[in-house]
Amino acid sequence: MANIAKPSRKEEIQPPVVHVGVIGWIRSNLFNSWFNSVLTVVSIFFLLKTVPPFIRWAFIDSVWNTTGQACRHATGACWSIIPHNYRFIIFGFFPYNLQWRPLLAMIMLFVLLFFSQNRKHWNKSLAYSWIAGLVIMGLLLKGGLFGLKSVDSTQWGGLLLTLLLSVFGLTAAYPLGVVLALGRQSKMPAVKTLCIVYIEMIRGVPLISLLFMASIIFPLFLPEGVTINKILRAQIAIIMFTAAYIAEVVRGGLQAMARGQYEAAESLGLNYYLTMRRIILPQALKIVIPPTVSILISAFKDTSLVVIIALYDLLKTTQTVLSNPEWMGFSREAYLFVAIIYFLGCFSMSNYSRKLEKELSRGN
Amino acid sequence: MNDTASEKVPFWLDPKKRAIFFQFITLCMVGLLAYYLISNTLHNLKKQNIATGLGFLHKASSFEIGESLIRYSAASTYGRALIVGALNTLYVSFIGIIITIILGTFIGVARLSTNWLLSKLAAIFIEVFQDIPVLLQLFFWYSLFYTTLPTPRHALHPLPGLLLCNRGVTFTVPKADPAHGYMAIAFLAGCVIVYLIRRWAKKRQEQTGQLFPIFRVSAVILLGLPLATWWLAGAPTALSAPKLVGFNFTGGMTFSPEFISLLLGLVLYTAAFVAEVVRAGIQSVSKGQTEAAMALGLRPGMVLNLVILPQALRVIIPPLTSQMLNLTKNSTLAVAIGYPDFVSVANTTINQTGQAIEGVALIMVLYLIFSLLTSVIMNWYNKKAALVER
Amino acid sequence: MDKESSAISEQSLPDELIIEIIDMHKWFGDFHVLQGINLTVHKQERIVICGPSGSGKSTLIRCINRLEEHQRGRIVVNGIELTSNIKNIEKIRMEVGMVFQHFNLFPHLSILENLTLGPIWVRKTPKKEAEENAMYYLEKVHIAEQAQKYPGQLSGGQQQRVAIARSLCMNPKVMLFDEPTSALDPEMIKEVLDVMIDLAKEGMTMIVVTHEMGFAKSVAHRVLFMDFGQIVEGNTPEEFFENPQHDRTKLFLSQIL
Repeated sequence: MANIAKPSRKEEIQPPVVHVGVIGWIRSNLFNSWFNSVLTVVSIFFLLKTVPPFIRWAFIDSVWNTTGQACRHATGACWSIIPHNYRFIIFGFFPYNLQWRPLLAMIMLFVLLFFSQNRKHWNKSLAYSWIAGLVIMGLLLKGGLFGLKSVDSTQWGGLLLTLLLSVFGLTAAYPLGVVLALGRQSKMPAVKTLCIVYIEMIRGVPLISLLFMASIIFPLFLPEGVTINKILRAQIAIIMFTAAYIAEVVRGGLQAMARGQYEAAESLGLNYYLTMRRIILPQALKIVIPPTVSILISAFKDTSLVVIIALYDLLKTTQTVLSNPEWMGFSREAYLFVAIIYFLGCFSMSNYSRKLEKELSRGN
Repeated sequence: MNDTASEKVPFWLDPKKRAIFFQFITLCMVGLLAYYLISNTLHNLKKQNIATGLGFLHKASSFEIGESLIRYSAASTYGRALIVGALNTLYVSFIGIIITIILGTFIGVARLSTNWLLSKLAAIFIEVFQDIPVLLQLFFWYSLFYTTLPTPRHALHPLPGLLLCNRGVTFTVPKADPAHGYMAIAFLAGCVIVYLIRRWAKKRQEQTGQLFPIFRVSAVILLGLPLATWWLAGAPTALSAPKLVGFNFTGGMTFSPEFISLLLGLVLYTAAFVAEVVRAGIQSVSKGQTEAAMALGLRPGMVLNLVILPQALRVIIPPLTSQMLNLTKNSTLAVAIGYPDFVSVANTTINQTGQAIEGVALIMVLYLIFSLLTSVIMNWYNKKAALVER
Repeated sequence: MDKESSAISEQSLPDELIIEIIDMHKWFGDFHVLQGINLTVHKQERIVICGPSGSGKSTLIRCINRLEEHQRGRIVVNGIELTSNIKNIEKIRMEVGMVFQHFNLFPHLSILENLTLGPIWVRKTPKKEAEENAMYYLEKVHIAEQAQKYPGQLSGGQQQRVAIARSLCMNPKVMLFDEPTSALDPEMIKEVLDVMIDLAKEGMTMIVVTHEMGFAKSVAHRVLFMDFGQIVEGNTPEEFFENPQHDRTKLFLSQIL
């Protein structure tokens, strides 16, 4: 038959210049149709209009370490507000010369988090390290033992308080959420109803109503003379709130479990507790790690709401600095600084979550 | 003969009886806890001389509210004040939802664009606005008003008809004229006409196969009819432009700094999440669908309308409604910057009457109603739109 | 079956050319995926393309209906030159039908709606006529009773038969098949191949990328072997399987037969 192609000669034929290299990339990514070309031009115009003025304000004309008065004469950003106030912004009212303690606690926290990233490290000793770590962190903050001077909880503030509320919040909310999810799946109508009512009510209301409840109504629940400090009350509200969302996420994991797993456990003679603890939960909880990290990120952001009930978290200490006449009016710089802190925290967590999701979907 | 089915099992080994016993204990514990908390509360309330019940709703509020959609004064009741708050919540949520859906869809689609620059800019927007707490964003925008923007005398004038100053954002709007009423009627009539034309065009296509330029014709009618009515009504062009009188503006339409900051913060934050939802929805439609449609010869516009959108919307709408509910719940942060939404007004009410339980309960009930309504609509939509499978 | 099918292959082909590919090259970035392809396809001719994965077979047929874009060389389909000109692309797509490995039926439309979508919106056929046309082809692929069901309710073999009917509804001049049975369970492969053999008997021009050598032997006019982006050799099925010329072909055949 005629049309057999001879194998072409060994020499390399290069693709047309217009399709490779820098020119090729520009052509296929920025100008591959007239519509895209218009969009590229408009975007570049928009960037030219906004980025250089911002860089000029933030970096070129800015001052970095002067007094408040000197700042007012500068045309650029007054970043001096940070070096002068960062210790208050980060540690709140914690006694100045004892601030090595919360600093040490935060470093411990970051080290634990960093170490926990790698899934190969997930085992019993990591869990024990976390428990020990949390106890030590609590000790460093509160003091009163081992020669550490006691620091009242009303003096905890700033980034310290934000991290405290998020970390302890999630740690306590997680087991509560798992119990609620199991309760919701239960066949016992009383238990199931109680759990459904709790979960749907808490998920339906804004966090702020729970914080109001913590701040104003919890004291009414207690008998005369008994008080719980405000931070603990807010912590309880955050735990209750987060637990409901975790319950829903875990429920999704439980429902994704194949029926066969329950049946296999049953036929082995395992009781409810053993079935859940050894067979179902390990698998279900692993499936829902990405959405759980997502809840952690939300919890971290939501702690900022305690500003509204006058707790001195990272946002409120910043606002307090701004109410100082020397630094009044530099809210842009202060808020940008705080935004960067939140952004770094949330971004690294969401990045980690994406990475984890890829790993898990690839099947370990 | 031993019949195992009727053998008597002691009640502590019978699973059914154990379950009942367990539930009984649980209910008792919950009941005891509730009793303890309630009795403490009643005792404390009596001690602090705080009233109970909703009687306060009929008392005069004696506080002013900065912005209201209905008539209200300090002599109005607390009940009316709360209604003003609820209307403000609905107002800012409604406008916020519309703008968020438009902005979020645009950014979500841009994220998938083959244009590298646009895609990266969209990605940066999404990442930045998702990772900063919404309250911080609110404070930031609000602070711009009183630190950066000038006084009304020196208001910024970035676009014709738009004025920015530390009292708010003011637009030049057309002066109220009967012609506007006629234009609204013309628009509604246009909607009806467009609906009828669509039905006719669809029938025609079924019978003869010919395509009718429905989109273009609808656009012309919906824009043209009101325009024609305007011209026929004497083409009123009078504008109500803001004029500086004393220290402030009269005329035009002004949005307060509180409203604008709240709207801006809510919209930018939620749009970042909506963009991700839209992106995930579009990506959920496998590439093979587009290829099969194109292989049949369908044009890109038809591929989008007939194949991609129906499938993408099924994936987009449930999480989208969830985000809309989040926006409404986040609007409660208005209390932090002084916009008089429901929580704000309820907070003031609590401060004045001391009736914290009723106040917080009212807040929870209102938002529970929003959540339940959304759930019901969502379930109905999911049932209706579910893909038929084995 | 064999006598009949060899009779099919031996009929002399009309001179009319449906597809001409002249010195076609394609790169994915720097990767030279198609290297100097030359191919002509006569009307009513049936060609099977085989080769190891990554050899460019799927890319080759996807270039024919512009699902992939070639950078050098010419492709002419039914006398229409395939360029970036949208009008040409649309005309070509109306004449070329494609069946995918993963069926790609539209899950939100019923089987009948899947089939009438193309005729109604591209050929501007009235609905009634389109539905009659659709039922005719559903009968042909023996699946008419499922017309009102949805793709999610059908088995793989049934879905692929519907996909074939969907392409036929557009009355194409040539049908391209991209590994049509590779995603099917073994017991469903026969029902799809039977439909393809019926199509061959009626004289449809077909280019099939597949590993089903039984099908190639019974129905193809030519079998082409592709490797590393080139058509290494091509011949009648008898010659191809009995006397492969190149070492690469011999190696491939020894692995799959």
